[in-house]
Amino acid sequence: MLTTVQDFGRWGHQASGVPVAGPMDVYSHRLANQLVGNSDTAAALEITLIGPELYVEGDLLCAVTGAEFVVLVGGHAVRHTSPFRAPSGASIRFGERKSGARATLAVRGGLAVASVLGSRSTSLLGRIGPFEGRTLAAGDVLSVGEERRFDDAAWSAYPMVMPRSGARVRAMTGPHDAMFTTGALDTFFSTRFSVTSASNRTGYRLGGTTISHAAAADILSDATPFGSVQVPRSGQPILLMADRQTTGGYPKIATVITADLPIAGQLAPGDWIEFVPCTRAAALDALRLQERRLTGRAR
Amino acid sequence: MSADAAAEIVRIVSTGDSALLIEFRQTISPAINARAIALADAAKRRCGAAVRDAVVGYATLTLYFDPLVVDATWLEAEIREIAAGMEEGPDPTGALVDVPVCYGGEFGPDLKDVATFGGCGEEEVITLHAESTYRVYMIGFVPGFPYMAAVNDRIAAPRRSTPRAVVPPGSVAIAGAQTGIYPTGTPGGWNIIGRTPLKPFDAARAQPSLFRPGDAVRFRPVPRREYDDLR
Repeated sequence: MLTTVQDFGRWGHQASGVPVAGPMDVYSHRLANQLVGNSDTAAALEITLIGPELYVEGDLLCAVTGAEFVVLVGGHAVRHTSPFRAPSGASIRFGERKSGARATLAVRGGLAVASVLGSRSTSLLGRIGPFEGRTLAAGDVLSVGEERRFDDAAWSAYPMVMPRSGARVRAMTGPHDAMFTTGALDTFFSTRFSVTSASNRTGYRLGGTTISHAAAADILSDATPFGSVQVPRSGQPILLMADRQTTGGYPKIATVITADLPIAGQLAPGDWIEFVPCTRAAALDALRLQERRLTGRAR
Repeated sequence: MSADAAAEIVRIVSTGDSALLIEFRQTISPAINARAIALADAAKRRCGAAVRDAVVGYATLTLYFDPLVVDATWLEAEIREIAAGMEEGPDPTGALVDVPVCYGGEFGPDLKDVATFGGCGEEEVITLHAESTYRVYMIGFVPGFPYMAAVNDRIAAPRRSTPRAVVPPGSVAIAGAQTGIYPTGTPGGWNIIGRTPLKPFDAARAQPSLFRPGDAVRFRPVPRREYDDLR
């Protein structure tokens, strides 16, 4: 079971080596919070591949988005991407997973767990966050808070379509594209890579073709954003994800656009991934479109 | 090349749509690193909330921003203007940090290998490590891990071919020209020569990371007794 508490991420401390962490699929995180009337940034559960069994004290309003699990409340199946009541004493059980890799379970009021350095997100890499920065374990108790944004839960909007066996993601070339052969760049943008089993919240190691450097295979360590693709000496690309290290010494061939990070976050080992070149202008258009889908308005 | 010319921005380029990379000449240089730090501080002051995070590397600065709110072209122009307005001469250095270290024995399993590399005795390795003042260039890898340079060539042993699965917290280590301190029990491939009772990272501290880029660090050999007392 890999269930962690995540809010929007821990910003402002990367200079101290503190990973941002936060949701792998921030779209589904925001949508789940909206469905129960929370602010987008409220803390929720991120559930990976296998779901927990939870027992409820006090009547709760919840919603599950992202990966499509069968969710049973007191033995009855509830609708996905829709607010549901979990009455006091009921169990919430996650059954079979039908698509996607990670689900968000949001509770009206938000999860009132300990905030560390201004965030309730869990960084397993940095061991920072609620519950000493670890995954949740049997016996853990989570309090529900008072944070609310709407008096009534807002029905919404568009769930993101889950990948069935893989996804195509757009990426802006660089910043170290000059360190790769022209052939290597073409290969990168035309290969169907596999997400290997050595993949998790820190990053996905991709299998398929190796990517060749023109000369040097190392850089002086610099910052590593969410979605950047490193290529170490071995030539096997690493797509950096939510709980990545803050810096790294491998050249970066491209960076997945922010709008496509949520779909990348829904990939599991065994899925495929392809990269499509994208300009900054198109990346921004995609992000604005996604924002409208999520909030019904431009930002 | 004058120190100021060396510390000029070489290029500003995107790393995806939400981060701007400012690159200087790619070499380990105190002047270049100091300029990156000064630029980070100035950018945070001037741009305020527009900069979500600023991360200094050896010879780079990366600024993170929300692309729906902040225009990258505007941010780049701000950076260039700040850089152009920076005063001539060296940028300020940080704090001087004293790091007590209990060298060797069970705390320094790789001290022998470093001595072999340097063709000298273990005592000489300790002397050479402790006599230098190191610059902290950046923090990364895990919370609080300081990347420091430059280690005396004689003892600049390369990282180990097989990393350890777990390096004990507080381990002081060498990898080539770099020296560092492992804050928590993580895997690691650097050569471990001693251990400090200090905690490089504590989320509860007012300044969680003990080290900051630009700090000057001196390692001070202490006997086991003093190490135990300081813990």
